[in-house]
Amino acid sequence: MNRLLALVVVLVILGGGYYFWRYEKQGAAPDGAAPEQSQVVRGEYLARIGDCYACHTARGGQPYAGGLEMETPFGPLYATNITPDPETGIGKWNADDFWRALHEGKSKDGSLLYPAMPYTNYTKVTRADSDAMYAYFRSLKPVRQPNRPPGLSFPYNQRELLHGWRTLYFKEGEYKDDPAQSKEWNRGAYLVEGLGHCNACHSARNMLGAVKPGDEMSGGLIPVQNWYAPSLTSNKETGLGTWDVKDIVDLLRTGVSARGAVYGPMSAVVQHSLQDTTLSDLNAMAVYLKSRAQGAAGEPSVPTTVTPTAEQTSAMMETGKKIYDDQCAECHQAEGQGVPRVYPPLASNQSILMGFPINPIRIVLNGGYPPSTEGNPRPYGMPPFFQDLNDDQVAAVVTYIRRSWGNSAPPVSPAEVVKARGVPTD
Amino acid sequence: MRILGRVGLVLCFGTGIALAQNAPPDPKNPAAPAAAPATAAKGTVPNTIEQRVLACGYCHGKNGEGARRSEYYPRLAGKPVEYLYNQLIGFREKRRSASPIMTYMVGGLSDNYLHEIAQYYSGLKPPYPETTPRADAETLARGQELAMRGDKTRDIPACASCHGTGLTGLLPAIPGILGLYPDYIGAQLGAWKDGKRNSVAPDCMARIASRLTGADVSAVSAWLATQPASADRLPLAVGSMKLPMECGGAPSK
Repeated sequence: MNRLLALVVVLVILGGGYYFWRYEKQGAAPDGAAPEQSQVVRGEYLARIGDCYACHTARGGQPYAGGLEMETPFGPLYATNITPDPETGIGKWNADDFWRALHEGKSKDGSLLYPAMPYTNYTKVTRADSDAMYAYFRSLKPVRQPNRPPGLSFPYNQRELLHGWRTLYFKEGEYKDDPAQSKEWNRGAYLVEGLGHCNACHSARNMLGAVKPGDEMSGGLIPVQNWYAPSLTSNKETGLGTWDVKDIVDLLRTGVSARGAVYGPMSAVVQHSLQDTTLSDLNAMAVYLKSRAQGAAGEPSVPTTVTPTAEQTSAMMETGKKIYDDQCAECHQAEGQGVPRVYPPLASNQSILMGFPINPIRIVLNGGYPPSTEGNPRPYGMPPFFQDLNDDQVAAVVTYIRRSWGNSAPPVSPAEVVKARGVPTD
Repeated sequence: MRILGRVGLVLCFGTGIALAQNAPPDPKNPAAPAAAPATAAKGTVPNTIEQRVLACGYCHGKNGEGARRSEYYPRLAGKPVEYLYNQLIGFREKRRSASPIMTYMVGGLSDNYLHEIAQYYSGLKPPYPETTPRADAETLARGQELAMRGDKTRDIPACASCHGTGLTGLLPAIPGILGLYPDYIGAQLGAWKDGKRNSVAPDCMARIASRLTGADVSAVSAWLATQPASADRLPLAVGSMKLPMECGGAPSK
């Protein structure tokens, strides 16, 4: 009897194994062999650094099932489902297909991907890293969620036109180490320029939504969202040349640092991506970023706005000081020195001194919280002042913080505040 | 996962999170505001939940009493923890889309932290504002009828059938509905009708609101706002009432 039972068990196991093998062969994993667990783990880590989650997950939606609407100046795009669902996701893709998407910017059927998918960066990813990410995405639970077609306007809805765009702005190729630099620097460059796709936001984009060669990471106003992503190459902005590596790592890992806190879209980047990056990789990124920040080269041109006169400026300074002492000093301190990792300093804070004043204006209007991270799970916050302060008052207090305690940025006109009020908060 | 996170959070309290702190948290009750000094030394900040949520109090009142300047900033104090928590998650996940500033404020905050914030406001007991009738007797009578008895012919349950006979709420997640301004209540019912306020399915309030006319909304909001409220009247205990319908935001099981 026991023998019979054992035989049945063996047969069931073998049968199940065969079925599983067939299933793997036919549908779930076109590549055949099951990936090693360590490859899946590494793939998950790399997918985090790539922040695939940010675009491929709708707010409140299933992770990686797509659907997030990405507004662009050319019309809306909808991120796609990259779970291994065979019908609606990438269930029928093999590792070559996945590599082609990352490396060449092409879908499984050969059609060209819109460069909202940052393959201009991901092309630098190595084949081994691409395969690990593929293994990770294959390991996810398939979610059935059909993709929404792009809502681009003519002529941008003609995918064929991307051939021209790619000729101008897309250079295919894996990252090549610079032999003159250290191993750490090269690792940082690989991550920053590749998976990290920092320049996707931190660069100005031209009429065709492209980053002009040579303008990488020199700062830019993010279309639609209207946050200014500061230059990472100019020390006058957020070029990190004067920062300690430790402060850069703190900021990227926890969202706060002695030099300031992240806000706007960078908040989600820290939360969903950078906080899970290893210290050695973050150090490498910091070393690379620090080396890229050199003087004032590549400074973006400041938009022409109504510039307040000297007389108006001095009146604004007076009003601004009153507002500051009354509403801001309790947290940011009397001399704008802030409280390290709690309330950002305003004195010498590059983030509020940039040519584009929209960021400090928006922070005064809307306040905000840095993200909860493992290193800073319960952040301190700032209230929104959009109701209590009128346009003149916001302009005054922003002018005041830009020109006090050694700060010497240009004054801000109330017209800039009017523009910022019109920007949706989310 | 969330439980694991909470454990982690508790451990973090013990080690101190902010670099600048002058008041070590009470390990037995880390959120206790009483442990904090009234004023902090220069350049340091109290390591308390109170200090961390100052940003919320700017609109919702320092003690969560609401309505600092406008009727659309509701009272948070004394509402059930799980109700407040559900709303914070709802804003974060955009189920509540009528207040984009709230989505912006809490968009990056973790489940654990939002729960702690909910707990903090739930424990506060500031006095309620004075109530003044702002509707005629006929409207108030109609509002009272709807609130306390509902309208069976239109399948509208009474407010009291879920929010408690005293309208003080039902633990763990149904809020009291007294001490709110009529415009706020009306705006919420309107937001449910328009799909701008959504709860976890089945969304009982959306179903009920869809059956209310504009006149119903005005009447019930007006009457509720005239009812005296007291910070000492607590929500009913878990399981003390059987709900007339399934509510995703307040599961009965």
